[in-house]
Amino acid sequence: MLGEGIVKGLIETARNFVGSYVDKDRLVTVQYPEERNPLPEAARNFPFLLYDGDDPEAGLRCVSCHICEKECPPRCIHIEKSTDKKPDFVGKQQFYPKVFNIDVSVCMSCQICVEVCPFDAIRMDKEFELSTDDRFGGLLWTKKELAKPNEYYQKIHPMEAAETDARRAEELKQTQAKAAAAAAAAAAKAAEAAKAAEAAKAGNGAAGKEPSA
Amino acid sequence: MNGYFAMATGLAERVDQIFVTFDHWAVTNTPEPLRWLVSILLIVVPILAVFPGLFALTTVLERKGLGRIQNRYGPNRVGPYGLLQPIADAVKSLTKEDVVPRTADGVVHYLAPLVIVSTAFLAYAVLPVGRNMIAVHLDAGLLFFFAIGSATELAVFMAGWSSRNKYSLLGAMRAIAQMISYEVPLILSSIAVIMIAGTLSPEKIVLEQAQYTGIFPHWYVFTPWGFAGFLLFMTAAAAETNRSPFDLPEGESEIIAGYFVEYSGFKFALFFLAEYLEIFAVSGLGITLFLGGWSAPLSFLAVIPSWIWFFAKLLVMIGVFIWVRGTMPRLRMDQLMNFAWKFMLPMALIDMVCAGVWRFLPGGALWVVLRWLICAAIIVVPYVALARGLEQGRKIEQRVYRYAEEG
Amino acid sequence: MSGKSMMEESAIGLDEQMGATYGAGRHTLKPDAEHESQILEVAIGPQHPSTHGVFRMDVQLDGERVVRLKPVFGYLHRNHEKIAENAAYLAAIPYTDRLDYLCSMTNNWGYVLAVEKLVGIAVPERTEYIRVIMAELTRFQNHSALVGFLLQDMGASGTPLMYAFREREKILDLFEAVSGARMMCNYLRFGGVRVDCTPEWLEETRQLVGRLPRFVDEFERLLRGNEILMARTQGVGVLPRELAVSAGVTGPMLRASGVNYDIRKVDRYGIYDRFKFRVPLGEHGDVYDRYMMRVLEMRESIAILEQALKEIPDGPVQDPKTKVRGLRPKVGEAYGRIESPKGELGFYLISDGTMNPYRYRVRPPCLINLTILEDMCLGLSVADVVVTLGSVDIVMGEVDR
Repeated sequence: MLGEGIVKGLIETARNFVGSYVDKDRLVTVQYPEERNPLPEAARNFPFLLYDGDDPEAGLRCVSCHICEKECPPRCIHIEKSTDKKPDFVGKQQFYPKVFNIDVSVCMSCQICVEVCPFDAIRMDKEFELSTDDRFGGLLWTKKELAKPNEYYQKIHPMEAAETDARRAEELKQTQAKAAAAAAAAAAKAAEAAKAAEAAKAGNGAAGKEPSA
Repeated sequence: MNGYFAMATGLAERVDQIFVTFDHWAVTNTPEPLRWLVSILLIVVPILAVFPGLFALTTVLERKGLGRIQNRYGPNRVGPYGLLQPIADAVKSLTKEDVVPRTADGVVHYLAPLVIVSTAFLAYAVLPVGRNMIAVHLDAGLLFFFAIGSATELAVFMAGWSSRNKYSLLGAMRAIAQMISYEVPLILSSIAVIMIAGTLSPEKIVLEQAQYTGIFPHWYVFTPWGFAGFLLFMTAAAAETNRSPFDLPEGESEIIAGYFVEYSGFKFALFFLAEYLEIFAVSGLGITLFLGGWSAPLSFLAVIPSWIWFFAKLLVMIGVFIWVRGTMPRLRMDQLMNFAWKFMLPMALIDMVCAGVWRFLPGGALWVVLRWLICAAIIVVPYVALARGLEQGRKIEQRVYRYAEEG
Repeated sequence: MSGKSMMEESAIGLDEQMGATYGAGRHTLKPDAEHESQILEVAIGPQHPSTHGVFRMDVQLDGERVVRLKPVFGYLHRNHEKIAENAAYLAAIPYTDRLDYLCSMTNNWGYVLAVEKLVGIAVPERTEYIRVIMAELTRFQNHSALVGFLLQDMGASGTPLMYAFREREKILDLFEAVSGARMMCNYLRFGGVRVDCTPEWLEETRQLVGRLPRFVDEFERLLRGNEILMARTQGVGVLPRELAVSAGVTGPMLRASGVNYDIRKVDRYGIYDRFKFRVPLGEHGDVYDRYMMRVLEMRESIAILEQALKEIPDGPVQDPKTKVRGLRPKVGEAYGRIESPKGELGFYLISDGTMNPYRYRVRPPCLINLTILEDMCLGLSVADVVVTLGSVDIVMGEVDR
């Protein structure tokens, strides 16, 4: 009958009106900026570089392999390799980036750079309140602004950081074990060589008394 | 107890008539040559102060009401609970640049908001806001009100035409067609009241309804013809003032703002003000005609002053308008016209017949229930028939959908 | 106005076109001979609250009736195909997110399907289930948003829109929890997904899916019995069956005209043949039918989600030997298509053996559904044009690419 559907609609809206005062589930507004919704762990916004320890220069994980620069879809990463090397967390000598710029106004937060990095050097940050009024360069982030400590990463992505740290600790242990084994093998070989040399010298000395007969 | 009651009613009556006594005192205490000025100012200034103030309150209430219906907060940053939002809106509209299109007709473009606001204000002259509180005592007050209401349509067309914009022209043409079509059911539904009350003066109509049998009032809305008339009147009023679901002329999502799309800044605020003032005016008239004006719903509640009752009823009507706006999509132009001419006009005529039958049926104890049944039947049967006729014309149906066979 | 000369070609009388079939192509109506009123030419858009993005329609009106309608788009053209032809295969995935920006998961799937066909990569079980779950969630939130927009266009001042978005937000929160971003998910990869979803996420999804039927009921109740809505959408914007098929229309718009064509049933890509779901069909092909198609499809999506969430097996999500970075497919071509919420989304790839595709072409369902707009809108009034456009469900990101 005419009017029935209209009345039903009115009742529905009245229910919502009253419910918004009474029911917690109805009124879903979050009063930003006084309240903020917690971001889930996997949320991503822009990348940042990781360093171990306290020194952002010495502990920087990035070895300037340029893989992220090549794979970045909008080509927002710019890297220049250094000419000298520095040791990484397992002690191997690696290059490091002299210049590492990300143009955040171009970056589309796709996370491909994170996916392809073989050295766990670049990860996604969650900060989104990043407005600046500096048009020329305010959104071009250099290595200094990008480098953040591993503790920060553990704070924002605890599960991922735990997994990465466990893997790196395992790799470090294996490298150290291999190094120790290699050192032991080398030491054993050196000891043998020394013993052989001694034996040879003794033999030679004995042989030196009589000319070759 | 009786003494207290008398004292209470005495006090209540004094509070009720407080404005009238103040007006009387002020006029008698001014020197003779200035009396005309003071009496005019005392009528006009309250109207100019109260109703725009109510408009400011309504804008906030509407936004918060709509927000709550949509499960969100309305504005709540400016002032406690957002109640100072109108001040922010006023500052914004006053400081905006006034853009007038180069090819627009300058004079008409400038005059249109002024005409519409002044005619909207004029309608308040005949609304009885409280006991003995009416701006102008006119014997043909109702006629004056309807005449003024038609003058607003002129301003709407002035706005649409002078903007030299196809959208506003479309909007203005739609608005005129709509407003003219809905004048007819509006006036016809009030004729039933005029017939029964026997007068065109709003204050006398209220006085007729302010009588009580026991504790129940004689409001016309409590009769079958009055109830139907009230619904018809309010629907036609919503269409007259371009209020959702009849806001096609300012169809926000189609032709954006319709006839006032070329207005910015304060002129736009004036159009907005005029629209809301019209809503208050027709609601006020609806309250006067059907809801007993300033009279209390139950006789013992008459201790509360009459002007408080009027504004309370007005606020309830505004709430209902906001509620309806938040619920319904808008009708299309031709459906709107169909609705006015093919449904509301016949219903208004039948309503008049029903009022006459109600009046002339004998009023004995036996007939109380019978009178109700007969008059209700007179209303309901054509309603159902007309509704069915409307639906068939439009071919709307409840559809059942089939699914493809699995395969 | 020279009414006669313009209307010579293929003129159809005003009486005929009310409910008749039209041929494909451009039409102009002959206005009533009695009042050769002035034709008013109005441009609706590109800045307009109801054109679903930057889209312009040049409409010629006779009074309030549409005599001719020319859609103009290209305001959002971003060279998507050219960029993808100059980027590696992996790098094109984030760009597909931005095609139909409401449905990033299904866009990803279309492209990934095409590449998997090109290279011949097998997809593990669990990944197939995850893809189905993501696609159906995407379909649900897209239809929910669309129905809200349809009502907003009709002037219901945002109330149904807010309800629809309230549910959509919960689904987007799920997407954020698994992939890191609400809308530009960049989640699917060749032969797998980027990260596995945790059991907690699956549990949360199950709980959300349990609450969804009540939302669909509430939504339907607000509007199904509403006379104003029915009067405004029934009989408006009719698309006849033959015209729909010959114009290449796909998706809910085609099914509303009564053609039984759902790519999930026809191609059976992924593992859709394991799920029991029905395909709703309409009869009249008007706006009301299209709206109801989407509501019924929302219910079917819930059915698929419940089945998938119950049956999802454990296992790996990607074969570790799949080459994702630096992919160089052999020379060849492939066309991968899926049933996106808008219609048939297809990706056509030609590889010449290098790291970039030789030709990358997107078949955008919104664009192809849009070509028939003029035929649907002839003789309607402006308000109806807006409602009809809303029912076509366009997202300019896909129309313009």
